[in-house]
Amino acid sequence: MTKNIESEIAVDERGYYGKFGGAFIPEMLEGNIRELRESYLEISASPEFKKEFDALLKDYVGRPSPLYFAKRLSAHFGTNIYLKREDLNHTGAHKINNTIGQILVAQKLGKQRIIAETGAGQHGVATATVCALMGLKCIVYMGEVDIARQAPNVARMKMLGAEVRPATSGSKTLKDATNEAIRDWINNPDDTHYIIGSVVGPHPYPDMVARFQSVISEETKWQLQEQVGRDYPDAVIACVGGGSNAAGAYYHYLNDERVRLIAVEAAGLGVDSGESAATSVLGTEGIIHGSRTLLMQTEDGQIVEPYSISAGLDYPGIGPLHAHLIDSGRAEAISVTDEEALNAALFLSRTEGIIPALETAHAFAALNTMKYDKDDVLVVCLSGRGDKDLAAFTKYLNDLVTE
Amino acid sequence: MNRLDHLFANKQADVLNVYFTAGYPELNDTVTIIRELADAGADLIEIGMPFSDPMADGETIQQSSMKALENGMTLDLLFEQIREARKHTQVPLVLMGYLNQLIQYGEQRFLDACAETGVDGLILPDLPVYEFEQHYKSMIEAAGLRTTFLITPNTSETRIRQIADLSDGFIYVVSSSSITGKSGKITPEQIAYFERINTLGLSNPRLIGFGISDSESFNTACQYANGAIIGSAFIRALGGGGEVGEICRTFVDKIKA
Repeated sequence: MTKNIESEIAVDERGYYGKFGGAFIPEMLEGNIRELRESYLEISASPEFKKEFDALLKDYVGRPSPLYFAKRLSAHFGTNIYLKREDLNHTGAHKINNTIGQILVAQKLGKQRIIAETGAGQHGVATATVCALMGLKCIVYMGEVDIARQAPNVARMKMLGAEVRPATSGSKTLKDATNEAIRDWINNPDDTHYIIGSVVGPHPYPDMVARFQSVISEETKWQLQEQVGRDYPDAVIACVGGGSNAAGAYYHYLNDERVRLIAVEAAGLGVDSGESAATSVLGTEGIIHGSRTLLMQTEDGQIVEPYSISAGLDYPGIGPLHAHLIDSGRAEAISVTDEEALNAALFLSRTEGIIPALETAHAFAALNTMKYDKDDVLVVCLSGRGDKDLAAFTKYLNDLVTE
Repeated sequence: MNRLDHLFANKQADVLNVYFTAGYPELNDTVTIIRELADAGADLIEIGMPFSDPMADGETIQQSSMKALENGMTLDLLFEQIREARKHTQVPLVLMGYLNQLIQYGEQRFLDACAETGVDGLILPDLPVYEFEQHYKSMIEAAGLRTTFLITPNTSETRIRQIADLSDGFIYVVSSSSITGKSGKITPEQIAYFERINTLGLSNPRLIGFGISDSESFNTACQYANGAIIGSAFIRALGGGGEVGEICRTFVDKIKA
């Protein structure tokens, strides 16, 4: 039977999941983090907040997102595959669930200015969107390298009125954008809220973001009940960079041992190639962006720049919840290469007529290697749509023709 | 006796703490910089352990850290450099860095190396007070080191007293709600904050840092604390090129002028 979530896999009052988590922040951030820590549960549990949050998810985001039985995909793999269609949300990914929640928290805290970091640009777009919706000033930090490779999302953010500030330090990607956003917050402690886009960062961010994303598994439960007559699948499969869509897709099954949790990481050019983002394999314990977790680093504790074709999975750490799930054996980690992900994206497109985001394609590629039975019910979190990745897909198709 | 304790027992005012990043501008400048700063009259030297993701530092210090890492700086090399510098000077040395560096190096191994090479204190901006109390306090003290915590204008009195009770190290009074590397005049609001801290009757020595860049801001800060810390301004001086020893002497002379 389903066990009580509060007593099992759950965050403690200091933000720990087992030995992972916490809040390793400089004193300059203490005030902001304390304010958030002391208020996020109360605010998000208030009837007023719930009413606004639910209404926006329904009428603005378009929830509930469908749970779709993928007939041809199921036939191909010889099992039962259901797709949780987060790609059909407004802005095209699960990211908006969290930004809606956080913008409402920011409003309750009286903040006038919103900052965010973004890698692929999906979180940046989702943040710019809710800022436009609420009439708040929005500044998005994005690595210079990512700005170049995710041009459509940069254009969308600008269209929505956000200022996109290039992170030019370090490796000029997601981790550096995160550093810049943290610095901005240190310099603007009073009027600014920082909307972190994943289940990373200091407590209470991992827990707060997981709660806002938990609507994914909340819906999955009743949708499965309607469609298959039981409210749990045999496995939930999701891609993990920082891990927000996975956290949401797992959330209501974390303590239900009947459900296997499959975390799919980006292997880049291969786990041992030196060009990878498979944190659970290559990472060791340490601290990144205020959280104790698994991260890719040198022997001297310098954080390593990861690699994946997918900018959203190109992060050297992993949320502390996922570090705990993988470390404790509750979740199974599978690594998928760029090539396997591209191939899976093409296959899903031509089998079901759905073009997934490159991040999401990793989750589908895991179907090739994971074990399952023909009677199993598998839920894949289809976290985002692939429009933003058409350049990469086009190149892949051209290369296939050339070969 | 711990050299920091010795310093503050003998000097309660105008303590000059100069920060630099180990391995910058050149990999092996560390020993020269320590010697020259000490000879020129710096009372205390804070050595930055370059880190790839220095969350609490401003752009100037981050750039110097990146350069130092490109130069090949490592903790093993830093300890060798400190051992060498200790042959020439007894100036108190404090290491500033991030907790991840200690965890990966091995906390005990790191502390043993500090004790053996002659480090006197640590500043780890992302070490939470709670974690310090639970996991690190006894091992750091056993290594004979002092731990410095930061306080800001937003730090509550309760929290300041908690920090003062837990640590014998000097308190790093962050002058404003901002990251390092900004400069400008000290404002009346900042002075009110410094005065508020002074009324608390803390036994820990206090040094003001962030935004201290020249003799004027140094002298002002010294009116409200035991001394002050200069970081980014010195890094900028080092980055301007020239002979490192000469830069150190000129810089300290100007501050003390």
